[in-house]
This record gives sequence, C-alpha cells and structure tokens, in this order.
Amino acid sequence: MILAAQTPLKVSLAATAASLVLVLVVFELIRSRRLRERYALLWLLTGIVLVILSAWRGGLNTIAAWLGVRGYPPAVLFAVGLLFVILVLLHYSTVISRLSDQNVVLAQRLALLETKLSEREP
Amino acid sequence: MSAEAMRRIAIVPAYNEERNVGRVIDELRAFDPGLHVVVVSDGSLDRTAEVAREHGAHVVKLPFNLGIGGAVQTGFRYAHENGFELVVRCDGDGQHDPSQLPKVLAPVLAGEADIAIGSRFAGGDGYRSSATRRIGIRLLALVVSAIARQRVTDTTSGFQALNARALALFAADYPHDYPEVEGMVMTIKHRLRLCEVPVTMREREHGRSSITALRSIYYMAKVLVALFVGLFRRSVVPEGRA
Repeated sequence: MILAAQTPLKVSLAATAASLVLVLVVFELIRSRRLRERYALLWLLTGIVLVILSAWRGGLNTIAAWLGVRGYPPAVLFAVGLLFVILVLLHYSTVISRLSDQNVVLAQRLALLETKLSEREP
Repeated sequence: MSAEAMRRIAIVPAYNEERNVGRVIDELRAFDPGLHVVVVSDGSLDRTAEVAREHGAHVVKLPFNLGIGGAVQTGFRYAHENGFELVVRCDGDGQHDPSQLPKVLAPVLAGEADIAIGSRFAGGDGYRSSATRRIGIRLLALVVSAIARQRVTDTTSGFQALNARALALFAADYPHDYPEVEGMVMTIKHRLRLCEVPVTMREREHGRSSITALRSIYYMAKVLVALFVGLFRRSVVPEGRA
C-alpha cells in the first residue's frame, strides 16, 4: 500500500511565514498609500490563498492528491504562486498599455495646445 | 469643389530631419502656395522644429518621441480640429516627392477615393531594395489584399492623400505601431474607399531610414501578428459610421 505524500511541517511553517510577510507588506503599502487598492487586490488575494494553502497541510495534501501530484505536495504551492504571479503580470501589462495610450494622447494634446498658443502670440 | 476652394494641408512627420525637412517644405510650398504645411517634430533632438519654422511651416512639437503613428495622428488631429478638408501626408525625410502630389491627389479630388496611397510598386517600375525586403513587401501586400478583398501593392507607403471623411476617422483612431499597414485594413473595415496610385520615391539624401535590412524580417513578423490580432479587435470608432 502506498501512503499519500505528506507536506513536511517545516516546509508548511516556512511557507506560511513567507506568505504572511507578503500579506503584511501589501497591507502596509496600501495603508501608507504607496499602493492603490485597485492594484493591490490581486496581491492580497495571492497572499491570502498562499497563507491558507501553506498553513492547512491536510488541504494541501488533498489538493495535491486530486491534481495527481504524487511525490511532493508543496509543489502545488509553487504552481499556485506562479499562476498568481502570471495574473498579476498580465494585469500590469493592461495597466501599462492603458497608461501609454493615455500618455500619447496627453503628449499630442500638449503639443497641439502649445502650437495654438504660440501662433496666437504676435 | 475645386482644389483651390478647399482648405488643404500637408502633414510632414519628422524625427531628427533638420537636413531634409527644409527642402520638403520648400517643395510643398512651390507645388501649392495655398497649402498649409504642418511639420510634426516627433521629439526630435536636433533643429528640425526650428528649421521648419524658418521655412515657413507651422510646427507641432511633440515633447518626446511617439513613433510614426503617434506623430502622424497628431497631424491628423491638428488638421481635423482646424477644419481642413483635404490632407496630404508627406514624410520629412524627403523620400516623397511633392511634384508627384497631383497623381496622389487626383482620385481624392475626383471623389473616387477617400484615401489615395502612392505606391512604389503599382506602376511596376523597379524600386530597388534588398531581397528580404522585397519578399517581405510582396508577402504583406498579399496578406493585406486578402483581408481588404482589393489588390494593394505597397502597404508601407506614407505618401497619402485623404479627404475629410478619412481624416475624421484617423483623427479619432489611428494605429500606432504599423500605421500604414494597419491603417489600410482599418480604412477597409470602415468602408472607406481606398486606391493606390503609382509613384516613384526618392532615395534618402541625408541620414538613414529607420528600417534597416536586418530588421526587415523581425518587422514582418510583428506586422503580421499585429494584422492578425487587429482582425479581432474592437474598433474605437464604430464601423460603417466613419
């Protein structure tokens, strides 16, 4: 009989601590107004999901078994972490695209206004 | 309406073209003294804007480099906001010969096209360039022709004439990355009439073109991806209403 793989306690503790630090840092950044809530939500969600999965070893083992991860359940933590990082990056790409579009419009408006202004002066 | 009665403008995008832009302006004014010439200096670091002003052009000076699409659209916005009815675009590097403007303008003036594009290849007189570039040009022309269901030969030509309808569309929404190619597809999507006219273009006199032979392939790949994605993209201006 093959025993289902278990998450080592040390790994669980270290991962929980790291995830908690992430949540606290994000929270502090929001509190000190260095991070806007709309950009922080995904980060908070990432941190909270990682905290839950890290601390709740039974849950992690069960999910790993569902997913067919046989050898090392904490690998699921990596996968989930990576998934969220990709989501955050994609989100940032959309934010950057919007900002650069707006930047182009601002530069155009500024240049057109400057021309209008300078041509009005004698 | 006759050409003389229309408010007409030449848009000259220029990036670090202090040695070419003066001549382009002089030739445009010689071609048509009633032409309003606006040079869009695209974040130039040299004296492009000053030279343009000395030659009597109106100058719109972008605070930093936006790239050709952003620069040309600035010109379109200028033309649209100032109520121009007839637009020609003529690049500041001197490769577009203003003496060929009558050919490019003719279909628009005749009311046969909303946008007319000067093509280096429509006439079949040999435009010399490297083999990679020629293949790329042919391939792009094939792809755009298929999408547009209309034969085009020169998808990267910036030598263009537009009427007020096409101007309104491009002032509101103009592609930034590969404006000539994507602009062609946009024109068709919005049911504007596009036509090509054979022209010859000049070799650059000073400076280097922004596209080097080595970049051609990379450029091609990017344009094809942009075109493909563009097919599924939502339009800013509702189609068929431009």
